[in-house]
Amino acid sequence: MKQLSTKVTSNGHGQDSSYFLGWEEYEKNPYDEIKNPNGMIQMGLAENQLCFDLIESWLVKNPDAASLKRNGQSIFRELALFQDYHGMPEFKKAMAEFMEEIRGNRVTFDPKNIVLAAGSTSANETLMFCLAEPGDAFLLPTPYYPGFDRDLKWRTGAEIVPIHCSSSNGFQITESALQQAYQQAEKLDLKVKGVLVTNPSNPLGTALTRRELNLLVDFITSKNIHLISDEIYSGTMFGFEQFISVMDVLKDKKLENTEVSKRVHVVYSLSKDLGLPGFRVGAIYSNEEMIVSAATKMSSFGLVSSQTQYLLSALLSDKKFTSQYLEENQKRLKSRQRRLVSGLESAGITCLRSNAGLFCWVDMRHLLDTNTFEAELDLWKKIVYNVKLNISPGSSCHCTEPGWFRVCFANMSEDTLDLALKRLKTFVESTDCGRMISRSSHERLKSLRKKTVSNWVFRVSWTDRVPDER
Amino acid sequence: MKQLSTKVTSNAHGQDSSYFLGWEEYEKNPYNEIKNPNGIIQMGLAENQLCFDLIETWLAKNPDAAGLKKDGQSIFKELALFQDYHGLPEFKKALAEFMEEIRGNRVTFDPSKIVLAAGSTSANETLMFCLAEPGDAFLLPTPYYPGFDRDLKWRTGAEIVPIHCSSSNGFQITESALQQAYQQAQKLDLKVKGVLVTNPSNPLGTMLTRREINLLVDFISSKNIHLISDEIYSGTVFGFEQFVSVMDVLKDKNLENSEVSKRVHVVYSLSKDLGLPGFRVGAIYSNDEMVVSAATKMSSFGLVSSQTQYLLSALLSDKKFTSTYLNENQKRLKIRQKQLVSGLEAAGVTCLKSNAGLFCWVDMRHLLDTNTFEAELQLWKKIVYEVKLNISPGSSCHCTEPGWFRVCFANMSEDTLHLAMKRFKQYVESTDSKRMISKSSHERIKSLRKRTVSNWVFRVSWTDRVPDER
Repeated sequence: MKQLSTKVTSNGHGQDSSYFLGWEEYEKNPYDEIKNPNGMIQMGLAENQLCFDLIESWLVKNPDAASLKRNGQSIFRELALFQDYHGMPEFKKAMAEFMEEIRGNRVTFDPKNIVLAAGSTSANETLMFCLAEPGDAFLLPTPYYPGFDRDLKWRTGAEIVPIHCSSSNGFQITESALQQAYQQAEKLDLKVKGVLVTNPSNPLGTALTRRELNLLVDFITSKNIHLISDEIYSGTMFGFEQFISVMDVLKDKKLENTEVSKRVHVVYSLSKDLGLPGFRVGAIYSNEEMIVSAATKMSSFGLVSSQTQYLLSALLSDKKFTSQYLEENQKRLKSRQRRLVSGLESAGITCLRSNAGLFCWVDMRHLLDTNTFEAELDLWKKIVYNVKLNISPGSSCHCTEPGWFRVCFANMSEDTLDLALKRLKTFVESTDCGRMISRSSHERLKSLRKKTVSNWVFRVSWTDRVPDER
Repeated sequence: MKQLSTKVTSNAHGQDSSYFLGWEEYEKNPYNEIKNPNGIIQMGLAENQLCFDLIETWLAKNPDAAGLKKDGQSIFKELALFQDYHGLPEFKKALAEFMEEIRGNRVTFDPSKIVLAAGSTSANETLMFCLAEPGDAFLLPTPYYPGFDRDLKWRTGAEIVPIHCSSSNGFQITESALQQAYQQAQKLDLKVKGVLVTNPSNPLGTMLTRREINLLVDFISSKNIHLISDEIYSGTVFGFEQFVSVMDVLKDKNLENSEVSKRVHVVYSLSKDLGLPGFRVGAIYSNDEMVVSAATKMSSFGLVSSQTQYLLSALLSDKKFTSTYLNENQKRLKIRQKQLVSGLEAAGVTCLKSNAGLFCWVDMRHLLDTNTFEAELQLWKKIVYEVKLNISPGSSCHCTEPGWFRVCFANMSEDTLHLAMKRFKQYVESTDSKRMISKSSHERIKSLRKRTVSNWVFRVSWTDRVPDER
């Protein structure tokens, strides 16, 4: 009898989900332009590989930052000893200013209210430990990042109750969905401690509208609960609209320094905007002193390496760099997203219209044999094993409608993206033939016929399509 | 109503202990040779500042390691993206070999059984999550590192039941103490999941004897529980005897690959041996596949920065460096410890005879007004506020006998240590006078008279003293 905890023996880590399994398949047979041109193309990893050249140039011009020097003098000793869980002051100041810059300097972030963590994975879990007891629940709009099942629930014992969003309105959060989720939690005898949203959304790639943010703030006010806004993708906004943070809304509603504002917390990380997931840099921002204090102590379990804090405080303190970076990042992401969207369109596939993120939320409902999650999984397996593209099925993101997939576009070269789209188009065209033959012989597809015929008409006519309205 | 978790509102983080309060006092008035010569000298921080020059020299000769380059080429992109919770293979290999080198290459460590963590703080907590449910207990010999109250209990909900050790045998672990602790846990209705020891010990500065380790292995075998050996100070052994790891004992008892060996886990870190607490590098070593697997997933909450993994894999792969370092580290620690011990002896104060660690366990029982913890706290306050030395009182380490203090020697310059000893000697001499006057007028000190008179005799005669036998 080994006597291991239930955290070990159960599968509460959520790692059996297809999200992680696709990743494993990729690892076995990864695409390489030269060494393995028929391998699997990774489109399930939300990494930002588009702007490394900008950071590399900066590093060449500023060698002290990585070499543990300041003005040519070694500060190795100072950094080696620095383990203060309050974090390096220069770094928190630079982070605060970077977060302000991303928000057009419309709101301010006080460095003292920042708590550093080893990535937003650590930041989110720590916030859960601070806000929820085992058996308490947080409401999350679906679809959501699969990692939350592990990050928010596994070791904390907290629960997630979904706020169901649907394609009928572009997956926006509605008042009735919020209320329904709250009631569902009550039915399950769970105490709701708050709502957690990712804004811009993963996997949707859309920024929350002002209307939704207002709704959320009103909701948590009336229920006297917390709101966590994970704004990890805030610097990936490439649409025409500017990013609206929950902090903007608090300011506009004149709620700064109120009781409500003390229940609104922002999570951030440099893993997506700057493309540095390996460096483990995350942060919690809270106006609630007790949270900042407790989270700071908890950060002992996941401090950011002082070596990394120093490098990044130098990088982010360079305002010339940050403004150029944010602008260029935006441009390249926009251009890359467009490439994916048109590539999909030429395969007769549409996406949710997106303006942020490193991925698109792709509508493959018309490619399903039946409107079921089993059919979604079948399609996913075909795409992974036959088309050799690792994409993320909507069910792994807890989407309530089958047929949606998250497809990443910023973690590969342009050529690889083009190849991926070519493979997908080939697959769709081949299955189109298959599907058109079987269509007439399967009664159960009758309900889909109207849409299927419309799609078939589309493909035949190749005219411009109106993208999904947001 | 803010609705924060009990983890926030209680003081289970243990931060109100004097251990941390002394630290705070120091922060307000820190000694500086030039700017603040009357400030508090920090002797409560177990840091190893003696060998930075060796690492700095290595860094100057190997600029690629910190410069994010390999053979002159930038590998920034590769490191920026590396977030695999299995860790950088080269780093785990180098760490395994370093751990073997510290143990005289008598035992082997398989890199695939290493789980990296953000410091041993994170490693210990993660192990707790893997082995204990809320309400389960681990037995720890007293005195122990004050941080364990937070690291092992706070977020995990586990309990610590002390194994009482006493000065009568040099604080060694005895069979009866183990059994008593086990029974005490049962009385408290706690399920004992294992024993955790720090070897070499913090705060004692002594290594566990082979007898004690055999006792522990037999105990956990018979009770079918776990043994965690935190060997964070394994590279600070400077005595004549070599370090005996629990891994040595398993090998010598032919228990490698047995069921028992799967319940023995080692924790390590580079914070003490290499003096790098800021870089957040810790590790769990376990022969139990399920523990390795679960702990690996949990390490997501505290991964080591890839920037740091790369730097240290280069450093530790250099065998010429590691052997020179370990040798030199040992020498310098030994010298410094001797300086502390003789400085204390000159003030009539003895220590537990130590052969490892960055501190001594100092016997100040004869300086107490009464044999109570209140008196210990009084003495501690005088030493902090009047003598201006921050040392750690035994009560903060859960010692069962009042009057013992942990005093660090490796986190300051030689000159500062001498100054600290000078201040301390002056204090003891001044209080000696007072004590001798008050001695005859306080009945309650009669029980201490014999020892006090002996000490008085010592101080008058200044002959060699026999140090506490271990």
